[in-house]
Amino acid sequence: MAKQHVSFNLNGKSVDVLVEPRELLIHTLRENLNMTGAHIGCESSHCGVCTVDIDGQSVKSCTFLTVQAQGSEVLSVEGLATTDGLHVVQQAFVDEHGLQCGFCTPGMLLRAYRFLQENPNPTEDEIRWGMSGNLCRCTGYQNIVKAVQTAAQKLQQA
Amino acid sequence: MIPSAFEYHRATSVQDAVDKLSQNEDAKIIAGGHSLLPMMKLRFAEPPCLIDINGISELKGITLEGDHLVIGAMTSENEIINSPLVAQHCPLLIDAAKLIADPQVRNRGTIGGDVAHGDPGNDHPAIMLALNADLVLHGPDGERTTPANGFFLGTYWTGLEEHELLVKIRIPVRQSGVGYGYAKLKRKTGDYAVAGCPVYVRMSGNTVSEVRIGLTNVAPCAIRAEAAEDMLTGQAVSDDLVAQAAIAVRDACDPAVDLRGDAEYKSNMAAQMFKRAFKDAVASARG
Repeated sequence: MAKQHVSFNLNGKSVDVLVEPRELLIHTLRENLNMTGAHIGCESSHCGVCTVDIDGQSVKSCTFLTVQAQGSEVLSVEGLATTDGLHVVQQAFVDEHGLQCGFCTPGMLLRAYRFLQENPNPTEDEIRWGMSGNLCRCTGYQNIVKAVQTAAQKLQQA
Repeated sequence: MIPSAFEYHRATSVQDAVDKLSQNEDAKIIAGGHSLLPMMKLRFAEPPCLIDINGISELKGITLEGDHLVIGAMTSENEIINSPLVAQHCPLLIDAAKLIADPQVRNRGTIGGDVAHGDPGNDHPAIMLALNADLVLHGPDGERTTPANGFFLGTYWTGLEEHELLVKIRIPVRQSGVGYGYAKLKRKTGDYAVAGCPVYVRMSGNTVSEVRIGLTNVAPCAIRAEAAEDMLTGQAVSDDLVAQAAIAVRDACDPAVDLRGDAEYKSNMAAQMFKRAFKDAVASARG
């Protein structure tokens, strides 16, 4: 099948890629654009480790064709920190020890980043529901929930 | 996992999508893609051509037209959950959508894709049966409307004709005396139902005037438990009556055996889901 040119913004920078229609966004990010922050886990839209932000929504990039990203704003974990340092959500995961092996963390961060814009002052139940598309096999989620709570407080103060 | 190769076309309007379906043999529509792309990765589906309808604005949105709620086929689950119109006129859809998949998937997954895909595990088909929804389809000969009851024919088999596209869903708004209930058993977030049951009931005092019971994932496609509905209609609600109707629900099931359980377990869980959903429906009918 003929390859297609696809242009989108990734972490604020315009990118142009040449892909087969069947190429999934996670593969383009990792293999074509060398953005290896988003990971490949289940590859079946269950685990959430490939979560990125597309046009202001959390999306599992293993179940999204790169050709569908034409004209979109894509944010991956590489785009969270600035020259001023870590994003509030990232720092909260550090402070609350919201990770152990770290494999799920890029997806957790991107989902938490978007979730706290959808619901800036969530209850614990709402955090667990809002983060339910991201699996962690290490932490038992306790510290991830704490990290999201801490991030919510910091973002409210900011 | 990467799907096998296919051609990709973006449709710009409903008519353009229908034209592209007609021009490309064995083409498939891609809506949210969260059922189709996983199937394509596993080679359960290998369409030679995908027609993407994500850019068609006329397929999105929720409006009130007279006594019907009209939902565009490309409206996402999260758009349904966040819709004040749906909350007011058909809260059952919100209760059900909150139990579908997870937040990321609900951003992409659409009500139209869920209805048209024909997977017995999808949640909206049984809900459409319980709500007595009408489906608006667009094909080469123009638009037609067909009742959801009768649309679901088997696994991945619906009343969609060749080159036809589901464009919107018309749902009667909630009338006074009407109540809804929804119960779904699933092993974990993101899994399909072991059994799911949406219930529509219209009550006159303690008597059931009208009832529709949908069942999810306990038959080759979404079904109604009609024997149970007949048992309940015109009767005063009692524990004995509900227990008898639950047995009729169980006996209506013909589930596939898989890792979620054997046929006996799933059928009995469907009966339990019916009991819970019916209780909630009666309570909500009484306001």
